[in-house]
Amino acid sequence: MSEKNKEIFLGPLSKNNPVIVQVLGICSALAVTAQMEPALVMSLSLTAVLAFASVIISLMRNTIPNRIRIIVQLVVIAALVIIVDQILKAFAYEVSKLLSVYVGLIITNCILMGRLEAFALGNKPWPAFLDGVGNGIGYSIILLIIAFFRELLGSGTLFGHQVIPQICYDWGYENNGLMILPPMALIVAGCIIWVQRAKNPEMQED
Amino acid sequence: MNRNSNVYTIVYAAVMVVLVAAVLAFTALWLRPTQEDNIRIEKQRQILSSINVASTAKDAEQLYKDYITDSYVVNSKGEKVAGDAFYIVVKEEVAKPEAERILPVFVATVNGSKKYILPLYGMGLWGPIWGYIAVDANGDTVYGAVFAHQGETAGLGAEITKAKFADQFHGKNLFYNGKFASIAVLKVGAKADHQDSVDAISGGTITSQGVSKMLFDCLQPYANFLSSLK
Repeated sequence: MSEKNKEIFLGPLSKNNPVIVQVLGICSALAVTAQMEPALVMSLSLTAVLAFASVIISLMRNTIPNRIRIIVQLVVIAALVIIVDQILKAFAYEVSKLLSVYVGLIITNCILMGRLEAFALGNKPWPAFLDGVGNGIGYSIILLIIAFFRELLGSGTLFGHQVIPQICYDWGYENNGLMILPPMALIVAGCIIWVQRAKNPEMQED
Repeated sequence: MNRNSNVYTIVYAAVMVVLVAAVLAFTALWLRPTQEDNIRIEKQRQILSSINVASTAKDAEQLYKDYITDSYVVNSKGEKVAGDAFYIVVKEEVAKPEAERILPVFVATVNGSKKYILPLYGMGLWGPIWGYIAVDANGDTVYGAVFAHQGETAGLGAEITKAKFADQFHGKNLFYNGKFASIAVLKVGAKADHQDSVDAISGGTITSQGVSKMLFDCLQPYANFLSSLK
């Protein structure tokens, strides 16, 4: 992997993270992060769609008529999302019920359109693939961190397994119901942004 | 080739759409049998949990065969009519006038005694809620219940799916002094006159009211059938 490709792949994981730096794809980050499992499946789905869409658009980039390029991108994304949705319904039915409409909403996820328009349309398939996977993983990391705190503090579980021992409840510990509600995802995301900016002084605005 | 000409654009769009449609049609056809199995198993599992039988996606089909010994369809007069109970869409039946409704009944045999399982369908706060209620052989006492929902608020209305809520129905009576009265879902501590009640979900008021209304609307047409069991 060349230096440039490495940058393309690793950039979105921290310095150019789609969720906490570019603040894209926030909507789904709020909706599916009450528990780890749907967050993980959503992350995998989005990463798969983004990687494939990037490669396909990149392969088609020299044929796409400029005036309908957004429509072409949307058709490719929509087709991939429907395929993912159908596969989940067939092989991961329980999870597909949890995600319900949010899989369909990957179509409107800003990260997808943003990466296709900004990167895949002007680059060869391999860098486009790395960019797609990189951004997908960057999105996934944030989703999983948010889901970790929301599930742990909101339900006392992780991936559905009880991790806070019963004895804590006996001593008066209570799950924080507020963590289950969507606004807390925004606040946790805010905290992550805070930590990241504090560690990278060059990202701080005046 | 001029990529900005109208002809090129139109042909490009047409070919792309046809290709994508073919791929999607193929995927849908290929996966449909698996998806339909999932939906059927899901329904069987819900019916089983109304008689407190825990199942997994794997053993549901076998358990269903073991426990559900009979199923038939009745009308609001309590007479049996033709039809396959499992494939009746309760959502559509609820919308019809009571006299025209056909009502599925699933008969389970648990430890030698018969339980009658009746499907429920209604509206919660954000979307549909549904469930199954199992009634003892006397047609009056509730043996068990299970509820499900599409998009109720997690931690609030969605709590109706938890055993803590559904288990309250065990032992409640649908009839009061020989008349159908349903079971009310009331604010914690409140008691209803002339009918049995269970505690609502705190913070899930609209969903709880939805359950209460669903129980009445869906079970009222069974009143004649249930009376005939006594």
